[in-house]
Amino acid sequence: MTKFTRRDFVKTVAAASALPLIGASAQAAEPFKVAFIFLGPVGDYGWTWAHDKGRRELEAALGGAVKTTYVENVKEDASAIPILRDLARQGNKLIFATSFGYMDQVLEVAKEFPDVKFEHCTGFKRAANVSTYNSRFHEGRAVTGTIAGKVSKSGVIGYLGSFKIPEVVMGVNAFTLAAQAVNPKIQTKLVMIDSWFDPAKETAATETLANLGCDVIATHTDSPAPLQFCQKKGIFGFGQGADMSKFAPKAHLTAIEDIWGPHYIARVKAAIAGTWKSEDFWDGIKEGAVKVSAYNAALPKEVQDAANKVIDGYKAGSYDVFTGPIYDQGGALKVKEGQKMGLGDLATIDWYVKGIQSA
Amino acid sequence: MTITFLIDALVTIIGITTPILLAASGELVVEKSGVINLGVEGMMLVGTIAGFAVTFETGNPWLGILVATLAGAAAATIFAVLVLSLGANQVATGLALTIFGIGLSSLIGSNYVGIAIDPLESPFPDVLATDSFWRVIFGHSPFVYFAIILVLAIGWFINKTRAGLVLRAIGENDLSAHSIGYPVIAIRYAAVAFGGAIAGIAGADFSMVISPLWAEQMTAGRGWIALALVVFAGWRAGRLLAGAYFFGVLMALELYAKASGHAIFPSQFWAAMPYLIAVIVLALISSRDGKDGKAPACLGKPFIPNG
Repeated sequence: MTKFTRRDFVKTVAAASALPLIGASAQAAEPFKVAFIFLGPVGDYGWTWAHDKGRRELEAALGGAVKTTYVENVKEDASAIPILRDLARQGNKLIFATSFGYMDQVLEVAKEFPDVKFEHCTGFKRAANVSTYNSRFHEGRAVTGTIAGKVSKSGVIGYLGSFKIPEVVMGVNAFTLAAQAVNPKIQTKLVMIDSWFDPAKETAATETLANLGCDVIATHTDSPAPLQFCQKKGIFGFGQGADMSKFAPKAHLTAIEDIWGPHYIARVKAAIAGTWKSEDFWDGIKEGAVKVSAYNAALPKEVQDAANKVIDGYKAGSYDVFTGPIYDQGGALKVKEGQKMGLGDLATIDWYVKGIQSA
Repeated sequence: MTITFLIDALVTIIGITTPILLAASGELVVEKSGVINLGVEGMMLVGTIAGFAVTFETGNPWLGILVATLAGAAAATIFAVLVLSLGANQVATGLALTIFGIGLSSLIGSNYVGIAIDPLESPFPDVLATDSFWRVIFGHSPFVYFAIILVLAIGWFINKTRAGLVLRAIGENDLSAHSIGYPVIAIRYAAVAFGGAIAGIAGADFSMVISPLWAEQMTAGRGWIALALVVFAGWRAGRLLAGAYFFGVLMALELYAKASGHAIFPSQFWAAMPYLIAVIVLALISSRDGKDGKAPACLGKPFIPNG
């Protein structure tokens, strides 16, 4: 692939579509090239770190058959387009775009490179060569919510969010509903900090929630900083994206781990075998995409049992935290008794359940 | 609203204000000498990883702070060589220094991802530091006390000492200062290195106190707020102190308003407010047209003795 310069591709648009054909014959013996674009730094120990861990697992599993490249700190704006385009021109045959805000950019570049396959994480727009994949993280939040409801003495729990997007809204809703299922009086205080990664503001927001009486605080931002504050204050929290127990051994009750490796391995294998199709994946606890870390040893057995019941329920398909009756903040019935919210409804959810105090 | 609640809120405000105040204090001295160093964020990050790595490896947080200081000064010295000795453009070089600092800290820090250290605690005895009331004064990390003493000392130095007068003279009219025999370049070197050293300390506050861990780019843009603060304060130390705490109070107010469910304004408005206020204050300062709050006359311009 290296013998083609960028200028060759710029000459004509037609060259861009012919490229993958030439590339395929030129590199028959070469490894299959896969690229990733990441929102944050791979060292964030959260969202991007988990995706990069999946990438490393992919390399380990397929060895010399695959060569991966990644670009970190890619903004969710038009600047993602030339980066995606460059990666496609460099001969990458499958490109994973790992944040919601790359959605339209992926579709635009995918049109120019019909023989390059793209997978967009957490999005909902697909094309012949664009798949989407996501995880049912809210299942993990139903587990942590159950624990929070049991552990909280004050009956007031905190939730540190980033932005009011469906992913975060369904997370705080699942967390609160599960906590209310074990303690109907639970109130959740929600703070959005308008950032995914800002350890200083995450700490200040956690401090604020603690000062307002929250004794268990869940986070939907990316750094372990809130847990360190919980440890100092003698209250409890959960790891986000990875097992963060070493940052706060006492405060860390458990964590929701994002497991992307199996998906990356399966999809790259499919692409190499020629069986890759445009699909929508939304895996959860059952498929192993969402994992609940080992419990804190200090967590009473009764609490662990309650959490395990939720996990087993998801594995068996017998439990869903979004089962009615569900009321919104104003008390209006949103989901009728016995009904369940579909993934389609969840993907666009923009209202909070009763018991959440939000601004 | 109880007294405990107020104390808790004050502790939050002081914690988030301190690194910004520190970095801005260092930059104030740099800019008073007539040099603008936009690399504050990069120098902070170099200090962040240096402080963390040395504290983790040696177990001695004071050594960590010392190395963070030296690392910040070293990064600033690279900038100084480029702009003062080689005449490079200050704005472009400062931006490059930020990118360099991000890259270097990420490179060194890749060995330190996923590790935590014990936070540096208050230097006062526990009786005072953890007392439900007195902790508001004695319960902070050494960075907090250092920042307040430093900004006051800088104010005194700039306005009341002969050396401070020379610094200002070089920032206001480098050719005149040169013609009466002051070593313009040498003094600017010292000012830039001092600013870098303090930025390094500000960075160490993040990885040693606020969240005692290393994560790439964990300063999350505070260096840019520090730069804005220097302008916001009209290059005056007293206003810098007040301005930094004003920003801290605003952020705490935002978090409390959101967490108590009475946001008053939409979330986006809170996020935009510091910038909005900065613009209003800047407009007010420039409309007053006095000596008050004006940038040093030589700010950002290269020194050409025979030009």
